[in-house]
Amino acid sequence: MVLVYTSSPEGQLKKSAFEAVTFGHKTAQQLGTEVVALTIGNVNNAGVLGQYGAAKVLNVAGADSFDSGSHAAIIAQVANQIGANVVVMPDDSTGKSLLGRVAVRLDAGSVSSVKSVPDTGAGFVVQKNVFSGKAIAAYNISSDKKVLSIAGNTFPPEVVGADVAVEAASVDVPANRVRVKEVNTVKGTVPLPEAELVVSAGRGMKDPGNWGIIDELAEILGATTACSRPVADVGWRPHHEHVGQTGVAIRPNLYIAIGISGAIQHLAGVNQSKTIVVINKDPEAPFFKAADYGIVGDLFDVVPRLNEAIKKFKAAN
Amino acid sequence: MKLLVCVSKTPDTTTKISFTDNDTALNTQGVQYIMNPYDEWYALVRALELKEAAGGTVTIINVGPADNDTVIRKGLAIGADDAIRIDTAGGSAYFVARQIAEQAKVGAYDMVFFGKETIDYNGSQIGAMVAEMLEMPFISYATKMDMNGNTATIARDIEGGQEIVEVDTPFALSAAKGLAEQRIPNMRGIMMAKRKPLNVVAPIEVSDKVSVASYTLPPAKQDCRYIDAENMDELVNLLHSEAKVI
Ligand SMILES: Cc1cc2nc3c(=O)[nH]c(=O)nc-3n(C[C@H](O)[C@H](O)[C@H](O)COP(=O)(O)OP(=O)(O)OC[C@H]3O[C@@H](n4cnc5c(N)ncnc54)[C@H](O)[C@@H]3O)c2cc1C
Repeated sequence: MVLVYTSSPEGQLKKSAFEAVTFGHKTAQQLGTEVVALTIGNVNNAGVLGQYGAAKVLNVAGADSFDSGSHAAIIAQVANQIGANVVVMPDDSTGKSLLGRVAVRLDAGSVSSVKSVPDTGAGFVVQKNVFSGKAIAAYNISSDKKVLSIAGNTFPPEVVGADVAVEAASVDVPANRVRVKEVNTVKGTVPLPEAELVVSAGRGMKDPGNWGIIDELAEILGATTACSRPVADVGWRPHHEHVGQTGVAIRPNLYIAIGISGAIQHLAGVNQSKTIVVINKDPEAPFFKAADYGIVGDLFDVVPRLNEAIKKFKAAN
Repeated sequence: MKLLVCVSKTPDTTTKISFTDNDTALNTQGVQYIMNPYDEWYALVRALELKEAAGGTVTIINVGPADNDTVIRKGLAIGADDAIRIDTAGGSAYFVARQIAEQAKVGAYDMVFFGKETIDYNGSQIGAMVAEMLEMPFISYATKMDMNGNTATIARDIEGGQEIVEVDTPFALSAAKGLAEQRIPNMRGIMMAKRKPLNVVAPIEVSDKVSVASYTLPPAKQDCRYIDAENMDELVNLLHSEAKVI
């Protein structure tokens, strides 16, 4: 059996949950078994996970706020109850504190941020980026039980079935020792790690007052905004927008870098993007080496022109 | 308070990566090693600040061979009181976590600090593993932390924002940017570090469950296609019909 833990911030399943179930379904097919999805706390519309391949959805009530200790205990109990050999979870802020804990509890081998469906031809091999995207490692897990977290925006959700009923799982729910006091998230936009389209700007913007053209571009594309580190450091942009080695690592379908030089530490967080567009007035900017499409020009001319072109395209399509 | 900071040694960010032994091992020739930045800048410095404010000790722990002593001495020069090195070539995340947990149990620490990930294997697993082995609460990606008696208030990064949590000692956390500011060791620190205790201990027996089968380099990026800055219609068309992203 494959067990997929889905995170559900504020009771809502997100794309990462559908991606994890899709990954779990593919893995289960390879192993000739089924996938069971697990939700914890009060979750809206969890039956929808059946559409992505879950044969069954289990819910554990009564642990609404996140504590990796109690959540790991719940996941491990459910895994044991259903006889899961593989446990899958998203590599998000919950997965990052759960993966190691669940692995220890189940005495399982674990790999984080997996980017390939397991190869079960000889052993159980999964791939993961290492050295900040500069290489890929193939890991073999030799233990009976395996716990994996999967990289975001890597396994597009696939609808393969219909809604299923949600069943209550009966487990001991340990008391939380971490007390969640506040959750402060931006509303109305897709959080960066989940965004498919990202518009990012750097020091080339000169002044925080110039961000209007970036916000406009993001808005007409339906993209999330990001920035380089120095721009967040001086407070031109909020800290959670900072991408790169020390900030958020992302892998959107489209990353548009505007007035960013492309330092290696910046690239470390964005080099997994599927398509990269670079707008920079310096033809020697290192970012062009990592770009799919490059525009050499002054961003204050190019971006408004791009905005007009996209508006025209959107109106026609 | 007794504080334990787990530090690792990693290739410098700008290292050019290549492999040897049939693509099963990193080619270490010419590689410059550093202390993992999240361990050094954020975890270690925040631990030192807590000690300076409320007293206590800061111990550094590293799992690795004698070569790692330079990195450990740097941590002592920045201000840690003593260090433990578990003398082994290393292994999987689980192997390393077991070694750390074994020592941490003996020391009965109030807090155990990790970096949010190492910049080589980007695993982000060891903190959670050690926390589970020690039965401690664990807070990942901490960007701010204040102590009030035995209670910590911690901000941690979550998707699109942050979560504020409260937790009582003992606990473990992983440190991200914001938790503290990098400190450069001064001459006095470097001199004193030479005399601080660095205890070398033998590893415990742990069998690995995960191993690297092989490494590959990502496929070479195609050359950048340049588009006339006057012709944004062309870019939009390419993004639509060629890249298929809009
Ligand atoms: C250990 C370490 C970790 C780091 N982590 C990160 C990280 O996580 N993320 C990160 O981003 N950085 C990180 N950095 C910093 C990084 O090295 C760079 O300094 C930083 O990314 C540069 O930001 P920038 O590209 O916005 O600014 P700059 O390097 O100043 O580049 C500005 C660019 O804008 C262009 N420009 C200027 N005016 C215009 C115009 N009118 N039109 C078009 N283009 C214009 C310039 O040609 C230039 O290329 C880290 C550094 C270190 C040492």
